[in-house]
Amino acid sequence: MDGVDHPYDRSPGVEQQESTANFLSYTVGLGFAVLLTIASFVVSQTNLLWAPGIPVGLIVLAFAQIGVHLVFFLHLGSGADHTNNILALGFGLLIVFLVIAGSCWIIADLTANMMPMSGNASH
Amino acid sequence: MSATIDTVDTELVPGRGGGGPAPTRTVVAYGFWLFIVSDIVMFSGLFAAYAVLSGRIADGPAGSELFDLRRVFIETMCLLLSSYTCGLGALSAERRQPSRFLILSCFTFALGAAFLFIEISEFVGMVSRGAGPSRSAFLSAFFTLVGMHGAHVTAGLLWLTYMVAQVVAKGLRPHVLRRLLCFSLFWHALDIIWIGVITVVYLMGAR
Amino acid sequence: MLGKLTWAAIPLDQPLPLYAMGVVGIVILVVLGIVTQKGWWPYLWREWLTSVDHKRIGVMYFILGLVMLLRGYTDAIMMRSQQAIAIDGAQGYLPPDHYNQIFSSHGTIMIFFVAMPFVIGLMNFVVPLQLGVRDVAFPVLNSVSFWLSASGALLINVSLVIGSFARTGWMGYPPLSELAFSPDQGVDYYLWVLQISGIGTLMAGINMVTTILKLRAPGMTYFRMPIFCWSALTSSILMVVAFPILTATFAMLLLDRYVGMHFFTNDAGGNMMMYVNLFWAWGHPEVYILILPAFGVFSEVIATFSGKPLFSYRSMVLALLAICVLSFMVWLHHFFTMGASADVNAFFGIMSMIIGVPTGVKVFNWLFTMFQGRIVFRTPVLFSIGFMVTFVIGGMTGVLLAVPPVDFVLHNSVFLVAHFHNVIIGGVLFGALAGYNYWFPKAFGFTLDERWGNASFWCWLVGFYLAFLPLYVLGMMGMTRRLQHISDPSWRPLLLVAELGAIVVCLAIVCQIVQLYVSIRTRESRRDLTGDPWNGRTLEWATSSPPPAYNFAVMPRVETIDAFWEMKRRGLAAVEPAYEAVELPRNSPTAFVIAFFAVVTGFALIWQIWWAAIPSLLAILVTVLVFGWSENRQREIPANEMARMERARRGFGRPA
Repeated sequence: MDGVDHPYDRSPGVEQQESTANFLSYTVGLGFAVLLTIASFVVSQTNLLWAPGIPVGLIVLAFAQIGVHLVFFLHLGSGADHTNNILALGFGLLIVFLVIAGSCWIIADLTANMMPMSGNASH
Repeated sequence: MSATIDTVDTELVPGRGGGGPAPTRTVVAYGFWLFIVSDIVMFSGLFAAYAVLSGRIADGPAGSELFDLRRVFIETMCLLLSSYTCGLGALSAERRQPSRFLILSCFTFALGAAFLFIEISEFVGMVSRGAGPSRSAFLSAFFTLVGMHGAHVTAGLLWLTYMVAQVVAKGLRPHVLRRLLCFSLFWHALDIIWIGVITVVYLMGAR
Repeated sequence: MLGKLTWAAIPLDQPLPLYAMGVVGIVILVVLGIVTQKGWWPYLWREWLTSVDHKRIGVMYFILGLVMLLRGYTDAIMMRSQQAIAIDGAQGYLPPDHYNQIFSSHGTIMIFFVAMPFVIGLMNFVVPLQLGVRDVAFPVLNSVSFWLSASGALLINVSLVIGSFARTGWMGYPPLSELAFSPDQGVDYYLWVLQISGIGTLMAGINMVTTILKLRAPGMTYFRMPIFCWSALTSSILMVVAFPILTATFAMLLLDRYVGMHFFTNDAGGNMMMYVNLFWAWGHPEVYILILPAFGVFSEVIATFSGKPLFSYRSMVLALLAICVLSFMVWLHHFFTMGASADVNAFFGIMSMIIGVPTGVKVFNWLFTMFQGRIVFRTPVLFSIGFMVTFVIGGMTGVLLAVPPVDFVLHNSVFLVAHFHNVIIGGVLFGALAGYNYWFPKAFGFTLDERWGNASFWCWLVGFYLAFLPLYVLGMMGMTRRLQHISDPSWRPLLLVAELGAIVVCLAIVCQIVQLYVSIRTRESRRDLTGDPWNGRTLEWATSSPPPAYNFAVMPRVETIDAFWEMKRRGLAAVEPAYEAVELPRNSPTAFVIAFFAVVTGFALIWQIWWAAIPSLLAILVTVLVFGWSENRQREIPANEMARMERARRGFGRPA
């Protein structure tokens, strides 16, 4: 196995050949990330968004920022050489979704079926 | 065993389909990427617990009483900037510029340490106000989720120190570069998880 | 001074564990004595304990599984005997406190230290050989994975004589497993043992996925990979994404117990149902982690011994992938009775039925593979056929349990116990034993004795049915699991049949031990000189038995599926390849040292001996840092040395 990075099989985090394009990639990514961070703080703390829609808005902004990180910092692309990386991440994210959403759904359902509590424990 | 050996087709690329084993750098980075995916799943268990337990405050304080969003914003900026300097550091390393790499690593370390400092002072403040992790299920979940992220950041800072030592002692050789690649994957992933933390814990919890 | 450890931790008032540990202690001393007296330590250290060779590590995993099978089986026969004796007025010989520890350790040991090592051991040994490469992606990490599993196994055995084990069952549900109701060290043993070995398993999964996706011989595209490698891939993917959930869950329970947090406690807002939910979100994928490699073994065995290619390879692959994804969508079926409403139960019930479909596809494909084949009834084939019948029955009872209203009646009855033993013994164990018999000659250079192998198979089969069919009936008659005392005397006949079954299983294990002994004694008559004792189809049979450290002198060029079969069909050329220097990883004591300190750390954390735990943890860190600083981790075998070794190997029967 050579130490040369074969151009066809890219791992996440490995940069492309163009040097200026890379510095640009990180800087643009930083810019987007800062904007999205500020946006989420604003959305959360002001009435810019219709109140019941704020959680959804925050989640959308979070996903956007994660996407910025993946693309600009981790250089995850849609090229054929990234297939394994995207698949691994995609499968992991599917599991994350199933675990979090599944747990929320199940526990909410179980809690709704609990007898009324007297006093201390839950709200 | 004496199988014949022919030349490998030019279309068959190492590590993809039928091209034979991938280069070491690809193998190492992919293995570490899988570790990151597993770490994200581990955090999802903690996120799920937080999501389920966040309302169970047991007559104790709720998030809205405890979270200081200005500090959270500063923390976030520190971590984000440290991700940026880490990325630039990785660039310098790839281009075999050790001194630039070392300077950028110092910035990465300092910003990461600043993040940790703010987070630890937040924790200490909460504990001193009686809002420690054993007060309620919500607080247990909060301290564990955010604290686990902080523990990863701490481990990352120790790792970064170790990597700087290796670069100084051994130079930017292929195996050192491979580990730097793994470190930057780790550091960026921590920032990604932090985005999840601020969204789910602080921004939704402070309302 | 020693944390919570006091002399009271040694159960001087309970003769049974002391006798057991006495016997084990004597055996260990005798073995160590023999090794010392024969001067085998340097060889063992050099060739096995510090080895990073996947073949050696695979064998060590399998040996770990076999040894722990003895402990797990002992727990089983103790439970069966207690239940056969303690009926109505009789009290039996195991007090409840002790009985509870036994069923907890039985489950924990069988799943984590028997089934997992069997499966990971087979994958470790076989996959790089089948892929035509020299080793897994991360050989030193591989050895660390094994030694961490061994550390966990050691610690769980220590719990027999120092302190006690958990009394909560192998799942460790709160609030029973919380400090308020399990104040002693038992649950801590359980949690730390599984956290330590869980790290090993996670790393093994990462290693295997990376190897299969990134390290294959030239020409081996995904659909030319042997089916066992696909099953190893899907199982390892599940390891990577499921085990972290367990790590997080156990971390939360540990925090509850050690720091007084309230994740799952009764008070301050804790939600114990969340533990059950998260535990099974891991637990269901875990059973697929165990069964998928077994499916892979059967696919290989059936194809080889039928002399035909596997029927519908692509649908087999799709079935594996489907199971991989679906396994994360069924987990609530383990707690239908916890009180979810009908739509939640129905969703998971339907998903649990759907997941049976890909397995059904596989069963049909195995049958079609055998159809019109020229079947050779060697021991692995017997296990495969036994599996097909037994596993289908177990699967059907599983689909029955997947119907929530049925589960309301049968949950936590011995019907459930019969179901999961049905699928685990009929599936995982039979697969492990089939793989053991099938690949033993590759690993050691001689086949196993056929008669004793068949005897062990028949004893396992008969023993299994005798031991567990009565439990199906008893479950429907209302017997719950984990009973230390039986109050209904009408259950006695069936319990006695079950006890008989357990004794027959003991005979099966004895037959296996005898098989090994006889095989070693008569090995010269069953030497595998060609490397291909079964007329195999895949690349591992293209090496000598045992293979050299480097597996293949020159990586084979793969052009079809069943690459070795194709090579044989075309007639192997006698052209000598151009030998090149080969780099192999050097052995490393890193894993052994880490494992040593993992045992110390685990023990110290369990007993809260902080002055030992923290330095020991630091020692692990230092070991990792020292290893990370090391250079010169590869050794090179120069081309002329390769040529010399290969020429010496030449005479193992290739057509000239």
